[in-house]
Formats: sequence, structure tokens, C-alpha cells
Amino acid sequence: MNTTHYLIAGASHAGLEAAHRIRLVDETSPITMVTRDAHPPYSPTILPYVVSGQSEPGRVVLRKPDWFEQHNINLVSDDELVAIDEAQRQVTLKSGQQWQYEKLLLATGADPIIPPIPGLEKTPFHVLRTMQHAVALRDHAGKAKRAVVLGAGLIGMHGAENLRHAGLEVTIVEMCDQVLPGYFDSRAASVIEEAFNDNGIRMLMGSRVVEVEPEGEGCRIQLENGDSLETELLLVATGVRPQLDFLAGTSVANDQGILVDDRMRTSADNIWAAGDVTQATDFYGDKPVMMGILPDAVTQGAVAAMDMSEDHALKPYAGGVPINTYTFFGQQAISVGQSMAEDGIEELTRLDDDNRGYLKILLRDNQLHGISSINQEMDAGIMWQLILRRVDLTPVRDAFIERPLETGRALMSSTWR
Amino acid sequence: MTAYNTIAFDPSRCELCNDCDACITACAQVKSGTDNPLHSRIKIVAGFNGNDPELALCRQCGDPECVKSCPSTALTKNPETGMIDWEKSLCVDCLLCTVGCTYGGITYNATLKHVAKCDLCDGDPACVKACPSGALTYVTSASIFNEQHEREDLFVPGLSACQGCNSEMIMRHSLRKVGPDTVLATPPGCIPGMGSVGFNGTTGTKVPVFHPLLTNTASMLAGLKKQYNRMGRNVTAMALAGDGGAGDVGFQSLSGAAERNDQVLFICVDNEGYMNTGMQASGSTSYGSWTTTTPVGSQMKGKRTGQKNLAMIMMNHNCEYVATASTAFVEDYYEKLDKALEASERGFAYLHIYSPCPTGWRFPSSQTIEVCRKGVETNFAPLWEYERGGELRFTHSIDNPLPVEAYLNLSGKYRHVSEEQLAHIQEQVNERVKTLKRFAGMN
Repeated sequence: MNTTHYLIAGASHAGLEAAHRIRLVDETSPITMVTRDAHPPYSPTILPYVVSGQSEPGRVVLRKPDWFEQHNINLVSDDELVAIDEAQRQVTLKSGQQWQYEKLLLATGADPIIPPIPGLEKTPFHVLRTMQHAVALRDHAGKAKRAVVLGAGLIGMHGAENLRHAGLEVTIVEMCDQVLPGYFDSRAASVIEEAFNDNGIRMLMGSRVVEVEPEGEGCRIQLENGDSLETELLLVATGVRPQLDFLAGTSVANDQGILVDDRMRTSADNIWAAGDVTQATDFYGDKPVMMGILPDAVTQGAVAAMDMSEDHALKPYAGGVPINTYTFFGQQAISVGQSMAEDGIEELTRLDDDNRGYLKILLRDNQLHGISSINQEMDAGIMWQLILRRVDLTPVRDAFIERPLETGRALMSSTWR
Repeated sequence: MTAYNTIAFDPSRCELCNDCDACITACAQVKSGTDNPLHSRIKIVAGFNGNDPELALCRQCGDPECVKSCPSTALTKNPETGMIDWEKSLCVDCLLCTVGCTYGGITYNATLKHVAKCDLCDGDPACVKACPSGALTYVTSASIFNEQHEREDLFVPGLSACQGCNSEMIMRHSLRKVGPDTVLATPPGCIPGMGSVGFNGTTGTKVPVFHPLLTNTASMLAGLKKQYNRMGRNVTAMALAGDGGAGDVGFQSLSGAAERNDQVLFICVDNEGYMNTGMQASGSTSYGSWTTTTPVGSQMKGKRTGQKNLAMIMMNHNCEYVATASTAFVEDYYEKLDKALEASERGFAYLHIYSPCPTGWRFPSSQTIEVCRKGVETNFAPLWEYERGGELRFTHSIDNPLPVEAYLNLSGKYRHVSEEQLAHIQEQVNERVKTLKRFAGMN
């Protein structure tokens, strides 16, 4: 039986931040990290750029082996958590290794959702969540002429653009009638769609796939409206969902993800969770939400680690706020907080004449509720803090609406001193 | 641990209201060859409702969120320089770093089509050089930490000083620098009061320390030093005394030792009064100050007489070395401590440290260094040094001082000061600088 004080399952942003935070206050207790990847730690966010060839797998390593050595962290690669015995504080890994822990952090991320499309199970297709996936997709893209991407979420949109950069004819099929639902309103989405169209990507919005079947080197995709598409390369990007089989037999409560409190504690003793695997407090509502964004994973990893290591500086998790900095064909779409007005929300929008610049501010009781922009200079981090801290904008309201960038900077700078 | 240099911003000195923009233009020129402010990595934004301007600039954070949010490893914290380095060839323009930053320190430049951030111009920042008002300074005092932090702190960790006490910092810095071959005298005052002479039969220092009378500190040290010399041991005889123990009741022995040029390092921690015993006025208490013996009422409005300038009196003893110092200018203090230590091998060295007291002066404990800084920047507490036989030399510019209110407004002890009193204090400050300039041969 191996023993460790801290066991961290997962070695991406949440897990790495947790290990870093623990070492800030606890230099000696053994830390063990387990990752299913054989590749050194990387960010899932970088994968579309690996597909296009812009990023080299060897150059996007988040922590080099010497970092683990310097911080006295034992990294177990190419293995993963399969079972937890919470009474005995033991885990079993896929390889059969068993580890005894004092404190366990689950930061295992999420896996692609495979939609129940008839014929998909016998058709070769790609997903994009690991470095292996990215390299396989890149290699295939080098040989293919046409690609179809199912899903116009973040992974699908990034994947489609990068496949286009790699020289393929690309079609996106999306069930919703707009791209990036939840992050952007329909007007912002239309600017993004236009850019994709202008760059030769075919956008089939509001389209449902009813069947897929292998054909030659690739496949044929049958749409609900009767049309069909032929392609050599199919990328399925219809969202992600945590894989939670390892929780079987434990008291760790879960819904779509692992439920955690504002210290990232699960319902089981000595077990915490952080990052894409969690379903944590929503900043805007009472129901826990799946967040799945990088800066939030970092925050959750930090909160979990500070609680695990009894760091008195801990500030409880303030709740998830949707954030998206989306760049596409040299343009930028940024969204922080809610993007849709509802009752009690004041909405202020500005649109540039050429339809390329767009700004929307949502206020609730003179506090920032959400802000989204296209091709406008924007400090997303400052806007995030204004929302999280519920900064009262009453005294600077007009200035903020007129010049959110400068006003936000002045507000944050004044709180800094 | 390594400490790093950094750009500091003093909004009260910034001249944005005059549309200065010198730093912004300088940065744009260095980074793009144009005057276009869009290329500047430093941004000054107007404050609200007439408040001072605010700054958007990379803080080169110690635990940087931008780096943590970077999926491509384009951003890294450089352990040598402390800078957040950005590598263009790795960046994928995802802008997630801008989510991490809460200071507007890394932003997208639409012309360059990627993010841009301050790189401190490789240690010679153009914005600082261009700043006409001294609002931007390049702080290099990190080197002190890097050089000194390995040395032992010769005071015990727990002292019963008030929160925010300047004296505690002076004690720890000074003794760490002077080193273990020291015999320390701490006459009655805050310093023994907070524990230098110890509790329950143990001392509060890791060097021999004693508690002379208020009246005999310098003479006891002079005698001790002579005895150590006879024994052939090179020991620094050092005093950490308050302004009362140095300049009022302690003055006859101090003056005598300086006149004889005895080998003593005498540090006066001047908090302008007897703060340890209930905030009574001393000869060093400044005009207009509230103390418990110079109260504010219908007749009396704080102290009616001016403060004596002990440092100048000591200079007129023509001893080896005399200097004034402030903990807001710690590099300056370390240089003076070096010189004073060396001078004390030859004869008498006197350091006078302006030491604002949060408890007795009535300001928040977080503001100690700010009060120190404003004391210097208003010329209320000018920094200078004098070496035997030479001229007085200013070590911080006395040109373009801030109005004295900038200093007085920070402390409750001046809260009642009237317009007439204010004018009188400003006049005194001007006169004192004029006198000092004569000694500096600057007339």
C-alpha cells in the first residue's frame, strides 16, 4: 500500500493550482498527483491550436518534470482513479496500485458527450479533449479535404476554425439557432456567425442530425430536413460531462457533476473536488451549476487546496460566473457574467455602424450583472471582479456606461491601494 | 525567496489633470516608435469626483493569475527578474490572461493583434524617466531584502510594540545590519518598553543589551567601548534611544560623548515625544502638535514652541558622521547605516530617524510608512548627511516639495491646526531648509 498525505486526482489547471497552493503553506507533507495522461500536464484549452499546428505538443507543457521535483510532488502518469474506499481513505487506480490518503482532491475534469445519434457507434469520428485526441485529429486533418463539426459550442467553434486554418472545407451543424448559446446573445452570435461564413465555413444552425453512417474513407450525415453531408472527417463536439464511475459505492453526492460547498468540500469526509468535474455554487442563483471554464478551475483548485491545508487566508468560493474570451479570425468576443436580460435587469447596448463592434452592459440595482463585447478593448478580469465584489456603481454610473474600460480600471486601481 | 524591483506610483504627484501623459507617450515611443497612446503599456486613468488619478499597469504579481490562466505557457514568471515574461511564439491569442488580471495590466492591442504588457524596459523603465513630477519611481530596494534576508534578526520574534510601530522596524533592520558583535544600550522609552531588555529574566535581543538611565546612555557606552578596546575586542557600542533620551534629559551625556568623539553608534528614534509614558511633549515635539501636555482647548492649540533640530545640533559637534533618515527611504537608510558603522570605528556617529508613531500621533497603523514618506516629500523631515570636515549633503531632493498639509493631514495630532498655524509651520519648514542649504553651501 502506498501512502500520501494529499492525493490529487487530475493534473490540469485545478489540480496544478491546488498542489501549488498547498506547497505555499505546507512544504513537507507528501503530495501525490495522478493523471490519466501519459503526456506531461497540458491545458485542454490549447488542443484546437495543436490541431491547426500552431502549437507544438512539446511546447505547451504547463509544468516541467523539474517543477514536480522542486516541490516534492510525486506525479503518477498514465493511470487513473477507478475506485474510492472512503471509510479506509484508500483509492484504487486502473493499474491496480492502491493509495492511502489523508485528504483527497478530485480534479479529474470532464469527457466529451457522445450524442445518441443512430449509426454513430459504427462510424469513425473524433472528439477533442486530450492531447492524444488532438494529435489524432491533426494527423487526420492533414489528409482530409472536408470536415463536419457537430456542435457550435466553444470546442466546436475553436475546432472548426482551426480545421479551416489547416485548409479543410468545414461545415458546422448545430441544433440551436445560434452559436455559443449561454455566452452571447443572438446579436453577438450573428457577428461571430458572419465571420465564420466570410471565412468559408458553412454554418447549418438549427439543424439536427438524424443518422450517421460510414461511407468510404469517411461518413455520410443525414439531417432532419432531408439534406445530407459527406465528409472524410467528423468531429463530435456536443459538450462535455464528467466521468464519475469512480464514485460508485461512496457517499459523494453528485448530480451532473460532483456537488461541492463553498470550500469545495464534497458530501464525504476528507474528499474535495475542483474544476470541470464539479457542480458548484452559482453566483447568480440557488441551483449548483456546471461551469467548465479555465479561470474558474484555477479559483476552485485554490479554494480546495487552501481548505485542505487549513490556510487561514481562505476566502470561500463566491460562485461561478460565466466568462468567455473568444477570439475568432482575428476578432474578439468577450463576455463576463450573464448575457441575457431578465426581469429587474437594465440593458444598455451599443452597436458600431459597421456591425463589427458591439457592447452590451447589464446592470441590476446599479451593480454589474454582465457585460459582453465584440472588438472592443475590455479588461475581462476587472469586469469579473466588479461582478464578484458586487461593486456599487451608483456614484460612477454614467461614467461606467460611457467608458466601462477606463472606469473599471480606476475602480479596481482604487481598491488596490 | 527573491525580492524584485518594481515601478511605484504616487497618485498625489501625478499630473494627469494637466494632460501630462508623459509616461504614456514615452512607453508608446519605446514600444512602437509612435506617440499613439494605444501602444502604451502603462495607462493613467482619471480618478472619480476629483480624486487622484489611477493606474492600469502590470504589477508583475508574485503569484500571477494571468500565468495560471494561460493554457499555452506563453506567460511565465521569471524567477531571476520577477517579471511576467510573454513569449509571442507560444501565444494563441485566447485572451484568458486578461480574465486573470484585475489591474488592466495585460490587454489586447488591436493593431499588433496580440496582448501586450509592461516588461519594465529591461530594468530601465522609460515611463519613470519621462515622469516630470516624481509620481512614477523605480523602486530598487528589493536588493536590500536579497542581501540581508539571510542574516539573523537579532531581536526576539515577539515584541509588545503597538501595531504599525516604526521603531520595531528600525530596531530589526538596524541590528540585523550592524550584526552580532554589538553591545546595545536602550534607555527608558518605547524600545525597552516593547521588550528589548526582556521579560522574566531573559533579554529581548540576541546580543548583550542593557538599560541605562535616561541621562547616561552615551557615557556608559563610551566607557564600555573603551573597556572592550583595552581587551582587544572589536565591538560596536550602539544606542537605540528615543528623542527624550537623546535630546532632552539624555542630552548632556550625548553631547559630551560627541564632543570627545567617542567610538559610539548612536541612533535616535525620534517620535517627537514621550510616547511610551502617555504621549507627553518633548523638545522634539513639533509646533502645533497635540500631546497630553500640550492639549487643544479654548486657549491652547497644541504645542506653542517649535521643535529643536537635534540632528543639526549634533552636526555642530563636528563628530565623525551625522545623518537623518526615514524608513520610507530604506535604501538611503542602509547606506547611511554603513557609513555610520564605519565612522563609529573612528569616533562618534549619530543617526536621527524620523519615526512617526501611529498610537501617539493618531494615524492608522497601516499608514506609518506613508506618513514617513510624506514627511520627507514635504521637506518637513529632509534627508541629509554630514561627514566630519565636509559639507552637509542632501540625499533626497529638497526641490519641488509637496505643501506641508500633505504631511500634517495624515496625523490626528495636527487635526485642529488653524490656517495661521499652518502658515507658521510652512514658514518654519522653509526656514529650516534654508538653514540646511547654507550648511550645504547652496546659497
